[in-house]
Amino acid sequence: MSLTDLTLAEARKKLRAREVSARELTEAHLRAIEALQPKLNAFITLTPELALAQAKAADERLARGEALPLDGLPLAIKDLFCTEGVRTTAASRMLENFIPPYESTVTAKLKAAGAVFLGKTNLDEFAMGSSNITSAFGPAVSPWQRPDDPRPLTPGGSSGGSAAAVAARLALGATGTDTGGSIRQPAAFCGIAGIKPTYGRCSRYGIVAFASSLDQAGPMARTVEDCAILLEVMAGFDPKDSTSAEEPVPPFAEALKRSVRGLRIGIPKEYRVEGMPPEILALWEKGAAWLETAGAEIREVSLPHTPHALPTYYIVAPAECSSNLARYDGVRYGLRVPAEDLTEMYEKTRAAGFGAEVKRRILIGTYVLSAGYYDAYYLRAQKVRSLILRDFTEAFREVDALLTPTAPSAAFPLGEKMDDPVTMYLNDVFTVPASLAGLPALSVPCGTDAQGLPLGLQVIGRPFDEEGIIAVGRALEESAGFAARPALAAQE
Amino acid sequence: MGYVIEGKTGPWEVVIGLEVHAQVISQAKLFSGAATAFGGEPNHQVSLIDAAFPGMLPVINRECVAQAIRTGLGLNAEINLWSRFDRKNYFYADLPAGYQISQYQHPIVGKGEIEIELSDGSTRRIGITRLHLEQDAGKSLHDQHPTKTLIDLNRAGVALMEIVSEPDMRSPEEAGAYLRKLRTILRYLGTCDGNMEEGSLRADVNVSVRRPGEGFRTRCEVKNVNSVRFVMQAIEAEARRQIAIWEEGGVVEQETRLFEPGRGITRSMRSKEDAHDYRYFPDPDLVPLVIDAAWVEELRRTLPELPDAKKRRFMEQYGLPAYDAGLLVAEAATADYYEKLARGRDPKLAANWMIGDLFAALNRTGRSIEDPPVAAEGLGELLDLLTDGTISGRIAKEVFEIMVETGEGARAIVEKRGLRQVTDTAAIEQAVAEVLAANADKVAEYKSGKEKLFGYFVGQVMKRMAGKGNPALVNEVLRRVLGGG
Repeated sequence: MSLTDLTLAEARKKLRAREVSARELTEAHLRAIEALQPKLNAFITLTPELALAQAKAADERLARGEALPLDGLPLAIKDLFCTEGVRTTAASRMLENFIPPYESTVTAKLKAAGAVFLGKTNLDEFAMGSSNITSAFGPAVSPWQRPDDPRPLTPGGSSGGSAAAVAARLALGATGTDTGGSIRQPAAFCGIAGIKPTYGRCSRYGIVAFASSLDQAGPMARTVEDCAILLEVMAGFDPKDSTSAEEPVPPFAEALKRSVRGLRIGIPKEYRVEGMPPEILALWEKGAAWLETAGAEIREVSLPHTPHALPTYYIVAPAECSSNLARYDGVRYGLRVPAEDLTEMYEKTRAAGFGAEVKRRILIGTYVLSAGYYDAYYLRAQKVRSLILRDFTEAFREVDALLTPTAPSAAFPLGEKMDDPVTMYLNDVFTVPASLAGLPALSVPCGTDAQGLPLGLQVIGRPFDEEGIIAVGRALEESAGFAARPALAAQE
Repeated sequence: MGYVIEGKTGPWEVVIGLEVHAQVISQAKLFSGAATAFGGEPNHQVSLIDAAFPGMLPVINRECVAQAIRTGLGLNAEINLWSRFDRKNYFYADLPAGYQISQYQHPIVGKGEIEIELSDGSTRRIGITRLHLEQDAGKSLHDQHPTKTLIDLNRAGVALMEIVSEPDMRSPEEAGAYLRKLRTILRYLGTCDGNMEEGSLRADVNVSVRRPGEGFRTRCEVKNVNSVRFVMQAIEAEARRQIAIWEEGGVVEQETRLFEPGRGITRSMRSKEDAHDYRYFPDPDLVPLVIDAAWVEELRRTLPELPDAKKRRFMEQYGLPAYDAGLLVAEAATADYYEKLARGRDPKLAANWMIGDLFAALNRTGRSIEDPPVAAEGLGELLDLLTDGTISGRIAKEVFEIMVETGEGARAIVEKRGLRQVTDTAAIEQAVAEVLAANADKVAEYKSGKEKLFGYFVGQVMKRMAGKGNPALVNEVLRRVLGGG
């Protein structure tokens, strides 16, 4: 078995057993990147020198028998995490040359745990998108292909570069961020696992903000176990983030051993949306059947406000983004287009620095917060948001976790659905409710469509019950036995 | 009848409300660990949070919250145990995030009131509407470069308390008294240094006029007035402007104005139509500020004695008239000086010396009560010499001036210069005899009934004795010699 095909857990075992060195493992991934990056555009910035230096340090610790939790494991970092001394772009022209003098809490924890950083992965600009098409550096491309259709497919978004890199075996795992589905949807499209933790579980400090009340960092990897291992390092209270939760971090990987026997799994009937492809419906039913076979009890539940989740999300998220992105004004860092006066400098800088989708969301957000519209949009959206949370709270009185599809379709060709933003926004229809409610949710690859493209199922849990969704996710993973390989994957 | 402005068509009443921005005394800024000292090198007290770098998040500074609570308690106000921070969105070069974090809907402090004293000795209660915490902005420097504006972010993120009054004031004097009283309270509490010159206390003044007995008319806001005197001038100027408009049949438009002290007028800054839409919404980076009632009580217990209470105590404990007590409690340091001076001495004598001689010396030397030319111990020594008869009152004044000038102690001055009062009756009798002998004509006049001349003889004797004669003894001897003659 090649080094790049190892799971993170397997690689960790081999490193600790000194069967392989961190340098060998890192070099194998760097070679894979060299071969596939031109086709996948999964990375915006590569950091091979940093990676080799980190690998060397890891090898020294491993040799001393002082292995750190993630020692020597090559990871890819979504280019939304600020990394000290390494360019951080958020896939925007605005930050094309921005090198932060500080490190995000999540990446600092990964570094401190011995991880090796291969580079910064591509995403939708400022994480706003579901296809990677809004990246100012060109979209990442899915390593998956339809057998009879040469058009490149989207890896999903916004964490599409991370998903593509992990699926194509360019990294053992990656960080993602999820605001309305940005970890789960690309994970589903690329046939990997991804966890969006409970809001507040991981610190947002040092992550370029999109929508502060929704943004949450999480792991992406090829197995649920690998995600659990990464999450254990990434999570934890951070005094630098006022919204981070003072919850103890349990050993998430332990939850993999839990049985789902006796668990009550809810199937929310409102997720059975019109026009859902039959193969997704079939997979969803299959997933429920697997869990039932494993001893879980399947119950239909109702989340009556689900139809309002998407419009609510597309008010709350743009409102926050319109304010969060005001700091990109050309005054202190990032792009500045010189002009005669301050107003003109703002206009020119922001016109040149932001892409169309970012501008659209800033405009929507500014509109919904404006005097005269605030009550009708923002305030009402907040009310609906609390109703959506109440739906979940009530459902969780009856069930222990919810099972849904992750996305309403498999990956689509890049450039499709671009003419109508609303069609694009529909990608998030199953992922957005859990985001609005701040609940933990994961996506696990459970099958393929007729054309061999991966499909994922989503498990949503109670607040801070990542262990519960990890247990259910692992059970699904085991039953599904997903073994399909993307067309473009490292060949070592 | 209170203060009115006589217009061409009759009297007008002025309605005033103040919004005061008070910079919180704290080591660090409201949401970052950067230092807050005034006068640092430009952009040397700026954290990545203050400069709004990507991914930076605000974390509330507990001490700033404590200061706001202390201030609320000092203003006899409700403390809201649940409050929230909102974002006030607008673009400006010295506002790094593109929004100011402020408490728009749910302030930390609610309704309160303070009592002001007016020159006629009357008092009035002025309502406080609210106090909220917010961030200050940076400074735009337009005069450092021929074509560019430079930005100094040292002040960006510093905690401010915005203290909003009810529209309860009816004259420039009341507004001045309110502002001075507020400043005194803040300084007593140690929550704001009250320095208007350095901008740590700034006032926005809301002014409207009306016919006596009418409801409110449209108000205008005069922004950023930076001294008590200017506040009073700005109110008068703005009231007269509005009266002129109404009397000419015009309508006052609600707008924001600036006061120009040099010309004594206000001018338009922006009209209601240009007003920003600040798009306030709850800051999603912060959780609601929830305060423990026990903490509020702890802060209440450790509050210093406030000026009103101190004044009452001074009147009761030291028997001072209200006016004197008021002067002595205006600054905590003055009150401390007084209490040190009055301990074991005649409290009225101590008050008179402070209000008279010491305050005059402070004025003349330009020094403050925190750094006085004569410390309380030194002045106490002087008063002791006066009280025990070592020196006369006249000599005491002289000695005090020497103390101010040289910094020497009272006893040392008296000894070195031989200023000890003469109580030797023989010496006084001799001086009296000499004076009477030299003024035989006046003695005759006195004896024929011109008794006013007694004072003249006292003066001459004192002069002959270089002021050192004990006045009581001089009087006694003179009366004896003249009367018996």
